[in-house]
Amino acid sequence: MPGKLKAKIVAGRHLPVMDRASDLTDAFVEVKFGNTTFKTDVYPKSLNPQWNSEWFKFEVDDEDLQDEPLQITVLDHDTYSANDAIGKVYIDIDPLLSSEAATVISGWFPIYDTIHGIRGEINVLVKVELFNDLNRFRQSSCGVKFFCTTSIPRCYRAVMVHGFVEELVVNEDPEYQWIDRIRTPRASNEARQRLISLMSGELQRKIGLKVLEMGGNAVVGYLQCFDLEGESGLVVRAIGTACTLDKLSNTYTPATAINPCNSSPSKDIKEAGFGEEAPGVPLSSGPPTPLRAQTFSSFSPSKSYSRQSSSSDTELSLTPKTGMGSGGSAGKEAGPLKALLRQQTQTALEQREFPFFTLTSFPPGFLLHVGGVVSARSVKLLDRIHNPALGNTRSYKLLDWNSFTADEPETRDAWWEEIRQEIKSHAKALGCHAVVGYSESTSICEEVCILSASGTAAILSSRFMQDSALDTEHRFEDLMSPGCAFCHIPYDELNMPFPAQLTYCHCCRRYKVPDVLFTTIDLPTEANVTGKGCLIQARLCRTKKKAQGEGNATAISNLLPFLEYELHTQLMNKLKLRSMNALFGLRIQISVGENMLLGLASATGVYLTALPSPGGIQIAGKTPSDITYEQHISNMQKKINDTIAKNKELYEINPPDLVEEVIGSPIPEPRQRSRLFRSHSESSDEVSELDLSHGKKDAFVLEIDDTDAVEDIHSLLTDAPTPPGFYSCNTEIMPGIYNWTSALQMFTSVRVFRLSNVNLTNQGLNKVFNDLCENLLKSLYFKLRSMVPCCLCHVNFTVAVPEDELIQVAVTAVAMSFDKDQTQENGRQSIDKNLMKAITENEDQLQFPLELSAESSSNPLNSAKGLSEVSGPLPSARAPSVDYSSFTDRCSSWIEQLRLKAHTIRCGSIKTMSSLEKASPLPEGRSRSLRSNRSYAGSSVTVVKMTPLSFIPGTKIIKYLGIINMFFIRETTSLREEGGVSGFLHSFIAEVFAMVRAHVAALGGNAVVSYNMKECVFMENPNKNQAQCLINVSGDAVIFVRESELEATPPQPHSASAQTSSSGEGT
Amino acid sequence: MSVELDVFVGNTTIMDKEVYQLWLNGYTVNDAVKVRIEGGVMEECEASAEVLLSDTMDQFRTFQMCERLLQNPAKLANQLLFQIPPDRQAMLIERYYAFDDDVVREVLGKKLSKGTKKDLDDVSAKTGITLKSCRRQFDNFKRVFKVVEELKGPLVENIKQHFLLPDQLARDYAAIVFFANNRFETGKKKLQYLTFQDFAFCAGQLINNWTVGAVDNMVEDMDVDLDKEFLQDLKDLKILITDKDLLDQHKSLVCVALRGKTKVFNEMEANFKNLSRGLVNIAAKLTNTKDVRDFFIDLVEKFIEPCKSDKWTATDVNLYLTHYTNSAHILDTFKHQNVWTRYMGVIKSCILRMYHE
Repeated sequence: MPGKLKAKIVAGRHLPVMDRASDLTDAFVEVKFGNTTFKTDVYPKSLNPQWNSEWFKFEVDDEDLQDEPLQITVLDHDTYSANDAIGKVYIDIDPLLSSEAATVISGWFPIYDTIHGIRGEINVLVKVELFNDLNRFRQSSCGVKFFCTTSIPRCYRAVMVHGFVEELVVNEDPEYQWIDRIRTPRASNEARQRLISLMSGELQRKIGLKVLEMGGNAVVGYLQCFDLEGESGLVVRAIGTACTLDKLSNTYTPATAINPCNSSPSKDIKEAGFGEEAPGVPLSSGPPTPLRAQTFSSFSPSKSYSRQSSSSDTELSLTPKTGMGSGGSAGKEAGPLKALLRQQTQTALEQREFPFFTLTSFPPGFLLHVGGVVSARSVKLLDRIHNPALGNTRSYKLLDWNSFTADEPETRDAWWEEIRQEIKSHAKALGCHAVVGYSESTSICEEVCILSASGTAAILSSRFMQDSALDTEHRFEDLMSPGCAFCHIPYDELNMPFPAQLTYCHCCRRYKVPDVLFTTIDLPTEANVTGKGCLIQARLCRTKKKAQGEGNATAISNLLPFLEYELHTQLMNKLKLRSMNALFGLRIQISVGENMLLGLASATGVYLTALPSPGGIQIAGKTPSDITYEQHISNMQKKINDTIAKNKELYEINPPDLVEEVIGSPIPEPRQRSRLFRSHSESSDEVSELDLSHGKKDAFVLEIDDTDAVEDIHSLLTDAPTPPGFYSCNTEIMPGIYNWTSALQMFTSVRVFRLSNVNLTNQGLNKVFNDLCENLLKSLYFKLRSMVPCCLCHVNFTVAVPEDELIQVAVTAVAMSFDKDQTQENGRQSIDKNLMKAITENEDQLQFPLELSAESSSNPLNSAKGLSEVSGPLPSARAPSVDYSSFTDRCSSWIEQLRLKAHTIRCGSIKTMSSLEKASPLPEGRSRSLRSNRSYAGSSVTVVKMTPLSFIPGTKIIKYLGIINMFFIRETTSLREEGGVSGFLHSFIAEVFAMVRAHVAALGGNAVVSYNMKECVFMENPNKNQAQCLINVSGDAVIFVRESELEATPPQPHSASAQTSSSGEGT
Repeated sequence: MSVELDVFVGNTTIMDKEVYQLWLNGYTVNDAVKVRIEGGVMEECEASAEVLLSDTMDQFRTFQMCERLLQNPAKLANQLLFQIPPDRQAMLIERYYAFDDDVVREVLGKKLSKGTKKDLDDVSAKTGITLKSCRRQFDNFKRVFKVVEELKGPLVENIKQHFLLPDQLARDYAAIVFFANNRFETGKKKLQYLTFQDFAFCAGQLINNWTVGAVDNMVEDMDVDLDKEFLQDLKDLKILITDKDLLDQHKSLVCVALRGKTKVFNEMEANFKNLSRGLVNIAAKLTNTKDVRDFFIDLVEKFIEPCKSDKWTATDVNLYLTHYTNSAHILDTFKHQNVWTRYMGVIKSCILRMYHE
């Protein structure tokens, strides 16, 4: 009996009128946990009852504490008939189980009913008393912290990153149970809500157990999804990255100084400095690099109803070509130590079944090289899982499919296993030993299910993967992670997995880089970027014949490779059109409907300084006979060139003109890769005539040999530019913008489009889909025009085909205003950049001082040298130094230098700060308590900010209170009366936001970060005046404080409240 | 092919003041879009009509969902559904309760009943304000009336507290409630030239001076009814016109004071008795509810119209009323000085306000 849960029902307000006669309500409350139920007294005739109940105590296992939610039901007492339910509140007590999170849940919760929505509020107090349980065989995993954030949370330090954890639980969907035929839809939906809440709890507990087994204490990048498979059941699955985290309790904050990126006065010069030092860090082996994203589709051959197909280049890359880790090519440039390190990492990773990481941004020094995107898809037929234990069960006992694998030839687990294996092998083919930014998703239509997984192949440092490790050497890596290293190819250039064009890195001029880089991760903070980034989307719609079962699966399998190829082509074209050379945060979603397939790829395009400048786009006609045709082509060419020029200006892409040297590429047909093949125009013979593909000025050739291509070019050019003052991206950070203000607006927008014309062609469909997305974006810009200049960050599109002729697009994003005047050097130094790095810096800071103290008296000559190296003009490349001892010296003196510099820079950035303060309504010098009082004085409801990002500009997160993972169903039988489908969904989404905010406020928080709407399933039946919607949201509840407030507090050592951020200094 | 569903929900509810005003004005979505297009918002933001339509629909829907809360403004501050910054909340409430003087002028003093509500289409036709907007305004009057009707304490404060309205708006509502409660006649042709603000001013005078709360703030009574005792006392003023001596004395005092100071002296002298009779008779009759209703029409008929026909200027009226009031204090045999001051103070300021030249 290791836990005691206590709940107290205080009061209600704004209750609905339940008794028409008196216009009042006789309300009472049932509090249920597990199988125990308590009731309050009836509070007669009031819409604002004051129950002020005793403490209801539940004595329970901690296992149950993790699985079960606290269920609070508000009812209207009726003497003569059954009591009417007013609504319910589910409270997840998980946040109370971790000592570092919330200690009490207390606040007003909206009372929610699946039919009526929010009906008043109830004030509840919940506490948990946990007894320590040291039982080694325990089933619970209390205390393991969960974070949706896909980076190391901001007030923690990563001690170890253990790796991938996954789990999956299956149950029957209550909506498809026999009992559903006799019970009300409301009871059915409540059963579903309850079941999913229960399953999520169980899933989280099981993942927690795995984490404990691995020796970790937290899961970062926790992604939980559910698949409504209909007849065949309900799957709740989750993936995450197990970590050991340490809470930062820093008492002093000189850390800004340490991060090299922050201290150099000029970007380019600094890079040069790094390049100079770089030899020590020799970028691992020579293993290969993927210049373009590898998208593989494969349809696993399991059972007869799945089809396997593989595009040809997949096959190519399926065989790993590089022996990794061993001396081999690595020896070329790196010292033996490096090889050793690499080997260590290798072994550390090999111990893991899946070296996958759901993180999208990393502690400095962790991510060494990025290979490219790896993805796998598989089409499956859902089949009712025959299990006697399931067939008869009416209770919602949870069954773990793992335990039934014995008699099940194919379980969901095995499906995912297959896909992950494929991803792993793809990564290997790219010379990488790990996959980062990993995620999984499904799309279900009737009995066909597409499973997808994608990530970015990468090479990681062992620093966070082993306890001991060679500390000193690791230091080098940390220091050295220059802004270009991650671009350097991880694969062997002599043995490239696919054709690609390599050049020397434009930053360090030492290592090879690909011409284009696609990734699923966030832009690393240290990356050197020229200009600003922008959201790039590829959209595609393909018709499909209606079919059943196996035939349907086959048809989809056959379509998928083309779909992916086209998406990839579109992305590439749009990237070139914007004169950019890399994509971050790439997310390809394929959604299947009865008669069509939708593909949507979103990513943030940037110009990486390290990569070669992209050539233009060249249009080539296939039949150069007709004059008007020629003219048409040249017109189009002109348009394209104009657009490229315009975009360069818009995104401020003016790369420094460097002398280009094209490396003699080992690839036999250099031109081939620069050519854009359309899937149906494969002939490559003619290219020789247009010798456009030379050197870096390589033009991308678009052949227009058919109407299709013309359409493509059209769509390429019809992407409306964002209105002035707006930027957009789907990653956490927008390169080129650093001076965010605190104005923040998170929003969700949903559109459903009905295709009335059934006989649409592919082109027609494409246009419709494209317009839908474009118009949606336009609407967003218009809505948010008052926030200009502003950037839409983390723009997350999800598409679905809910019915035959419906296309649904949902977007969740955050609009953040920024200060236009500070885009100069200072901007670089200013707040957010610092903020972004605050934690990682702290982390460094914790590690360095000791070491430094030993060497801080390094000789002045040395440091002078360091200085000249850092700040001097572009030094010519030197021979790689392998002198480690002197290197250490130099390093430390270098740190000194940087510190000094940071000081001056701090002075410089005070200007930035003062202007920031002017904007802030709070006067300087007030005591902190006063301020915080003030900020809440305005209203009785706590303002809760929500953002899909992991941070809030201008603030510091001081505490993570726990994960928010909520699932709601809403239905109506009076659709017209509620304002039609739009009215219905509008109020439902508003209600979901309200419930999330209320739960966060009750935990004591004032914001949700890493907010994500993972599911929004909308179904309607206008003829019956009915509609139903399911929404699943998640995020991390946090407490943040304004940085200006932090500053006012003098740092008090040994006090938790004195967590002055290092970035506080910069502001 | 059509957009079947289109929603936008922000964590902080986005509301455009301009669109809110269009909604309040009772425009349909399509009309509102037309107005916005004419307003030039499209050029400003490179938007298309489609975008504008979507935005307008969305916002109208939001306002509709908020309306329930706006009808009970206290709820708006502690509801959880919409996260709206406090200054926005205040704006929403203030604008929701704002009204058109033309509309309120039409229903001023009428019973706020279903019958009156049915006549709103006439009001709409007459004022050119949409029926929808008229209805909202009418419902607001009625709602405020219902809430404060039974409340004790100062009327304006009650309105401010329950509806979170700014001072001036609360005062206007107090006037509306006061007029509705006492059913003052304002619709007669002779009163048509008076604006709502004229009446609101008079109502303020009456509330501040003639109700129970006016004399003693501590009295736990309502501000909406006139002080019955005071009305009773007003009967005593009749002596000023029934006693021949007193009347003559009063006249001569006023004439002495005004001689040479006004161009309309002769007219004044000739009319003094009539005017005085008129004012005192109004006072004496106020115990009858029926005559209370006719208060304003009486003022016009018995005083303002005769003066107007004699071409008095506002200054003349002011001069006359000042001396008329003060002279009575000098009359030895006139004992009702306090009642006289309380009565004439209000009468004077009302007449001056109502005296349009």
